Amino acid sequence: MELVAPADFVLWGLRTQILSILIPVVALALFSYIVYKRLIPLSKANRDERFDRVGERLGKVFSLWLGQIKQPRYMVAGVLHIAIFFGFLVLALRSISLVFIGMNADFALPGMSGPLGTLYNIAKDYAATIVLIACLIAAFRRGVMKPARYAVPERYGKDHTAEAVFVLALISVLMISESLFEAAAIAAAPTLHQAAPLSLADMFSRMLSGASQGTLQTLHIGSYYVHDLVFFYFLCFLPFGKHFHVLTSLFNVYFMRLNKGTVKPVRYGIDESKLEDQEVFGVHKLEDFTWKHMLDFYSCADCGRCSDQCPANIVKRPLSPRFISIKARDQLFKTYPVWGEAQPSPELIGSIYTEDEILSCTTCGACEEECPIAIEYIDKIVDLRRGMIDAGMVPQSLQKPLSALEKRGNPYGKTAKQRAKWIDDKDFAELVEVKLIDPETPVETLFFVDSVSSYDDRIIRITKDAARLMDHMGVDFGILGEEEKDAGNEVRRIGEEMLFQDLKEHNTEMIQESGAKRIVTADPHAFNTLKKDYSGLPPVQHVCQVLLEGVVAGKLNFNQPGPDDAERVYTYHDPCYLGRHNLLYDEPRKLLDSLPGMKRVEMVKSRDRSFCCSGGGLMLFYEPEEEVRMGVLRVNMAKEAGANVIVTACPFCLINMEDAIKIAGLEGRMEAIDLTELVAGRVAW
Amino acid sequence: MDILVCVKRVPDPAGNEIQLNRAGNDIERDDLVYAVNEWDNYAVEEAIQIVDKAGGSVTVVSVGTDEDEEILRREMAMGAEKGVLLTDDAFNDADGYKTAAILSAYVGKNKFDLILTGAQADAGAGQVGGMMAAMLDLPYASLVNKIEVDSDTALTIGREIEGGNQEISSIELPCVLSIQTGINEPRYVSIRGIRKVASLEIPVFDAAGIGFSDSGVKMQRLEYFQPELGAGAEMLDGSDEEMADKVVELLKAKGGLK
Repeated sequence: MELVAPADFVLWGLRTQILSILIPVVALALFSYIVYKRLIPLSKANRDERFDRVGERLGKVFSLWLGQIKQPRYMVAGVLHIAIFFGFLVLALRSISLVFIGMNADFALPGMSGPLGTLYNIAKDYAATIVLIACLIAAFRRGVMKPARYAVPERYGKDHTAEAVFVLALISVLMISESLFEAAAIAAAPTLHQAAPLSLADMFSRMLSGASQGTLQTLHIGSYYVHDLVFFYFLCFLPFGKHFHVLTSLFNVYFMRLNKGTVKPVRYGIDESKLEDQEVFGVHKLEDFTWKHMLDFYSCADCGRCSDQCPANIVKRPLSPRFISIKARDQLFKTYPVWGEAQPSPELIGSIYTEDEILSCTTCGACEEECPIAIEYIDKIVDLRRGMIDAGMVPQSLQKPLSALEKRGNPYGKTAKQRAKWIDDKDFAELVEVKLIDPETPVETLFFVDSVSSYDDRIIRITKDAARLMDHMGVDFGILGEEEKDAGNEVRRIGEEMLFQDLKEHNTEMIQESGAKRIVTADPHAFNTLKKDYSGLPPVQHVCQVLLEGVVAGKLNFNQPGPDDAERVYTYHDPCYLGRHNLLYDEPRKLLDSLPGMKRVEMVKSRDRSFCCSGGGLMLFYEPEEEVRMGVLRVNMAKEAGANVIVTACPFCLINMEDAIKIAGLEGRMEAIDLTELVAGRVAW
Repeated sequence: MDILVCVKRVPDPAGNEIQLNRAGNDIERDDLVYAVNEWDNYAVEEAIQIVDKAGGSVTVVSVGTDEDEEILRREMAMGAEKGVLLTDDAFNDADGYKTAAILSAYVGKNKFDLILTGAQADAGAGQVGGMMAAMLDLPYASLVNKIEVDSDTALTIGREIEGGNQEISSIELPCVLSIQTGINEPRYVSIRGIRKVASLEIPVFDAAGIGFSDSGVKMQRLEYFQPELGAGAEMLDGSDEEMADKVVELLKAKGGLK
C-alpha cells in the first residue's frame, strides 16, 4: 500500500507540511545572512581585475572545476573526490526536488515527470550509492590510514581530522536518509516503485520487505526530515570551514589567475608612474589582500597537495602554503565573525605569519600547479614581501645585495665596467668577437646576459658557450655590456617594486635603443621577467629554443659521443622559470635527444612537478632555517632515477646542483652540467 | 628624549672593490659608490627604537658636502625626524679631532639628551665619540651593544668586552655613546622610502653658523701600503676555484686538515 507522503502526513494533529515549509525558509534566511557576513571582508579588500577573458575563464571552469583535471594527480584521493563531486552534482537536483516534495507530494522538476525523470532516478540512486562508498573510504583514509599530508604540524594549530570526518558523516547521513526515504516507499508498494538494481535504495528496500506498514511509514517520514534538516544544516555549516569550497570553488576557478609567470601589480588600476604616491605598499593587514585572494582563503579545501609539493615545506623551512591559506582564513573568520561585530585587524607579520615564513618561498610555483581549484600563492607572498620591504623588515643578508643592485645594477656590488669583461678573456676573444651594441652598429639579436652570467666565474663559461654557439650558427648578435643592468626578476619577487621599476625602465630604454629584433638569454629568470614583467620589447627566447632551431635547420652538427660518454646517463632538471612558469618542457628535451648516443632518464618529479633547486637570484644571499638543502634532495632524486649527469638550463640551478653534489657526497658519481655547455662540448665546430 | 646621531658617508663595502691609489696615500676613489657607515646605521636604528618606546626625537648630523645629503635622507627614510648638514670649506680634510670639534660646536648650539656615534667608520680610528664627550664634558661609553632607558636621567648600557663577555653599566644623561654593530637589526630603507623624504628640507650650517673656529688639522695621513711579504707568508692567485684548491692542499700539507 502506498505510504502517506511528508506533505500529507499528520502528526499529533498537525500536518508535517508546516515543517517542510518552515525548515527551508528559516535555513535559507540563516544561510543568506551567513554568506552576507562572509562577503563583508571581500567588500573591504583591495581591487582585483578578474572580469575579462570570459571565454578563457569558462574554459577553466569546464576543465578544472567540472572536469576535475587536477584531481587524478593524487590518484586515490582524486578518484574519491571525483566520485563525491559528480555525486553531488547529480544529487543537487534530487535534493532541490525533495524540498518541494515535502510541500507537495506530486512535485516534479520541469521535464522530470517523463522518461527523463525515470532515467534521472536511476542515475541518482547510483550516485547516492557511489557517494556513500566514497565517503566511507575517505573516512577510513582520514581516520585510520592518516596520509601524512593531512597532518597539522604543532606550530600550525590543532589536527583537522575531526572536521573532515564529521562532514563525511553528514554526507553519509544524507545519502542513507535519501535512500531510506525511497526504500520505505518501495517496500510498501513494490509494484508502484522500483529502485535501480544494487543501489543503496534497492538494498534498503529488500531489507525492509518484511517490515510492517507502520514501521515503513515512520521510516519514510523520519528519513525525510532527517535528510531535510541535515541538508540545510550542512548548507549553513559550509561557510564555517574548509567545506566552504563546495560553494566557492566554482567562482574561485572562474576568477583564477590566467597569466603564468607574472606578478600582480602593486595596485590594480594605478599607473606604474604613480606608485610613489601610494599610502600603503603591499599587504600589511588582511584588507590589503585583493578580494580574489580572500576568496582563495575561503576556498582552500585543506587537501594539503600544495604543501606536499612545496620544496620549502619538504626541506622543513618554516613555510607550508596550505597554512598560508588556512591561517588567513581563520583570521578572516576571527576578524569578521558571523555573529557579532568586526574585530580589529592585526598586522599579519608577527601575528599569523613570520618574516622567515614569507621569505622561505622560492616562487617556484609547485603549489599553484598542484591546487585543484587554482588558489594562488606567489602573488600573495610577493604582496606580503612588498609590505615587509615597506616596513623595513629585510634581513641584513638581503639588504647588501639590494643596496648593490640599487647602486651598481647587480647584486654582487661589482662595477658596470666588469660586466662585459668576459668578452675580452684572451682564449675566448680569439674564438668569438662579441659586439658591444651601440646605436650606430645595430644587431639583429640582443644577447641579454644578466648579472650572474656576467660576473660569476663558473657561469661565465656557459655565457661564453652560448655566445660561441650563436656565432657558429651565424646569429648576428651583441650585448649591452656596461649599459645592461640586472633584469630584476628576483628584485620584483622579493618585493622591492620601486627598485624593479628602476631596473626595468633602464633596461627597456637600452633594449629599445639597440634596435634589436629579438632578445636571447641563457637565464630563465631573465627570460621570464623580460617576457612577462616588461613591455614594449622585441620577442624573447631562451637559448635552448635558439639552439633547437639551429639543430632543426642543420646549423649545429654533433660529434659521436666519446669513450667516457658510454657510462653517462643523463636526466633533465626543469628549471621553474623555464618549465612551470613558461611551459618550455619539450624544447630542452628535444635538444638533448638530438645529441648522438644520448641516454636519458626522467626523474619521478619532472616537468610541471619539477623540484626547485632552492631558487635563484637573491635566494643565494638568504637561506631560511632548513633541515636539508633542496639541491641535495634533487641530486638524490637524479640518483634514484638511475642518472649520473643532471642537465639543467639555468645558472642558479647549476650553482645549486654543483654545491649539492658536494654536500651529498656524490662527487665523482654525479655531475651537473648546463644544457648549453653540454651542446657546445659535442658540436662539430 | 632628544637624540643626536652623528653619521658619515663612506665607500660602500658591499658595492666596491677597494684598491689603493697610485700615490699610496688614499684608496682609489674613481667610480666608488657610497653608503652610510655601517655602524652609524645601527646607531640610528637604536635611536629610533628608543624614541619609539620613550618618546622624543632623532636628529642625524653629518660633516661633509652636498653629496652627503644622500645619506642623511636615507637615515630620515629610516625614521629620523630631522637631518642636519654641516658644511664649510673650513671643514675639509678634517681629522678625528677636528671632526669631533665641529660636531661639538653644533651640539653646543642645541640641546640633546643623548649623542650616538658609530663605534668606528671607514678609517677605523674610532676617535670621534670619545673626543666629543671630552670636548662637551659629558660621560662616554664605547662599543655599546645594549641600551635600556631607566629614567629621564640615566641609561643602563651593555658593552662588549674581551672574549665576547658583556659588561653592564649605568650612565647618566646627557652622555655620548659609540654604538657597536649587532645591537639591533637596522631596518631596510626602500627606494620608495627614500623618495618619500626626497623633498624634505635639510638645514645646512657653516662654521659661523655653529660658532666653530678652526684650529687646523693636527694629524695627517702620509702613506698607505700593503705589507711586504714576510717569511712564511704566501699570496695565492688564480680563479676562486684554483685558490680554494690551493688552500685545501696547503692545509692538508701542514696537517691542518685530515
